[in-house]
Amino acid sequence: MTNQEIIRLVDVSKTFDDTPVLKNINLYIRRNEFVTLLGPSGCGKTTTLRIIGGFEEPTTGKVLFEGKDITNLPPYKRKLNTVFQKYALFPHMNVAENIAFGLNIKKMDKNLIKEKVENMLNLVNLKGFENRSVDSLSGGQQQRVAIARALVNEPDVLLLDEPLGALDLKLRKGMQIELKNIQKKLGITFIYVTHDQEEALTMSDTIVVMNEGVIQQIGTPIDIYNEPKNAFVADFIGESNIIDGVMIEDYVVEFANHRFKCLDSGFEPNEKVDVVVRPEDVKLVPKGQGMIEGRVLSVLFKGVHYEMLVQSNGIKWLVHSTLMEPVDSIVGINILPDDIHIMKKVN
Amino acid sequence: MKKGWIAYPYVVWLIMFIFVPLLLIVFYSVTKTTDQGIVFTLEHFQRFFEPIYIMVLLRSLYLALISTIICLLLGYPLAMILASKEYRHKRVLILLVVIPMWMNFLLRTYAWLTLLEKNGVINNFISFIGLPRMELLYNQGAVILGMVYNFLPFMVLPIYSVLIKIDKSIIEAAEDLGANSRVVFRKIIFPLSLPGVVSGITMVYMPAVTTFVISRLLGGGQFTLIGNLIEQQFLYTGEWGFGSALSLIMMILILFSMAIMSKYEKENEGGGLF
Repeated sequence: MTNQEIIRLVDVSKTFDDTPVLKNINLYIRRNEFVTLLGPSGCGKTTTLRIIGGFEEPTTGKVLFEGKDITNLPPYKRKLNTVFQKYALFPHMNVAENIAFGLNIKKMDKNLIKEKVENMLNLVNLKGFENRSVDSLSGGQQQRVAIARALVNEPDVLLLDEPLGALDLKLRKGMQIELKNIQKKLGITFIYVTHDQEEALTMSDTIVVMNEGVIQQIGTPIDIYNEPKNAFVADFIGESNIIDGVMIEDYVVEFANHRFKCLDSGFEPNEKVDVVVRPEDVKLVPKGQGMIEGRVLSVLFKGVHYEMLVQSNGIKWLVHSTLMEPVDSIVGINILPDDIHIMKKVN
Repeated sequence: MKKGWIAYPYVVWLIMFIFVPLLLIVFYSVTKTTDQGIVFTLEHFQRFFEPIYIMVLLRSLYLALISTIICLLLGYPLAMILASKEYRHKRVLILLVVIPMWMNFLLRTYAWLTLLEKNGVINNFISFIGLPRMELLYNQGAVILGMVYNFLPFMVLPIYSVLIKIDKSIIEAAEDLGANSRVVFRKIIFPLSLPGVVSGITMVYMPAVTTFVISRLLGGGQFTLIGNLIEQQFLYTGEWGFGSALSLIMMILILFSMAIMSKYEKENEGGGLF
């Protein structure tokens, strides 16, 4: 990843039939960056990708590619390629013909095309599949063909619209690693759309969290996870306890009838805030040793950890812990200053 | 298979109205009644190979071919318009294509008579603007017009139903890979719509070859097609043997071309209307 900017969206808005889908999107993407647009369905992430790809025109705003305005350029003139959600392979062509489609249009030399197609098939582990018809392939194989078909054109930017959405969990995990490796190997900018926060955290250099057509936060996976900017991001990225609190003074916040030390400052005295605590940061201690006390409502075994609900002063805490506390037992709860994230209320 | 008896009425129907008549046609086509009674003969088939009848067959094939080509040239763009993003949800347009099919075939063809005849609507208009009246009826053009008019929906609908099923993202993928709209049509849309084109051609060409109403009404008897010839043998000249032979030849021709078409469609995993 370099600092050289390749794509920039300037004040991009989009309305479909008077319904705003994107509101003033400003975003820049650097060369060789793996950027993920992340958000729930209907948040505008796919529309953003389609505007970059040229399949939709923004209602207002501009798309810049290497500093040049490409807002009105049709898709076939753009130096980027797309991997579509449902693969969109050409059903009347075999695997090799599908991959060679873009090169044939460029009227490239036949032997060179053959060589490039072969290289691509090697890259996506589909050696020997040249003459197979596309509907004889499994979902994962079809997705590899779609990726090869886009990459063989050596685009500067590859757009991927939930490419792994239709695959089962195990295959998806494998493909995530493969995609990341391909991206590193070829040094191409990837713009990746997904609603799967885990996928975003695993693969991305930068995550753009979107909701209701607005960018909520842009940052590295670690930033986004550890320092969510608002309650939406905190809730969407991983699980969170989001609790109403009051900022008593700098570095002191009150919630659950207890004053906690925290690391945040700069709020009005007694300002109402959202307090976000990750379930794994709620520490359970023996009765009487905690800052507050609660009663265990339920316990679920989740493999690596137990997921427990602990009720305390009307608040139900979601707790992840490797140690199990029995249902109905009374436990103490500790939350360290480091693990308390204070967010301004949005209304 | 327990309730196989439900099919019995149909079997009876099949035997009475399809199997027996077919046998009769075969029987008539290879026999003639002489003083010695009914004897076997191939003279009806031989007679078909007289130049005048071969001409009738060729003319039928030719006119049907011209009509099919015109139907395709008119129908394909129409189907594309109907299937396009702008009109996709406007069912009214499809209805406009389908509605004429609800009316009686004869009625529709008679309607053209009143439009095209010497004192018809079009000629009245032409003379109203001061031009001489024209002979619009009873020529090859009128017959082709009648065929195109009557059979156009059978071309439009199968093509439309295939086009509307083409995944939009496939077209976007082609654009994404550098194809402009001409290349998209040539390499993606047209090849994928071929099954519809094939069934459209089949559905226009078959009835166009065998029609006798259109050629009689709009061609005024000057354009004897194979259908007219068969009709004549049964209704006017009473030569059932020759008529049966002609029918058999037509049947074989149609079966033959259907076989070719269906083989082609299977190869392309056809959708089509049926």
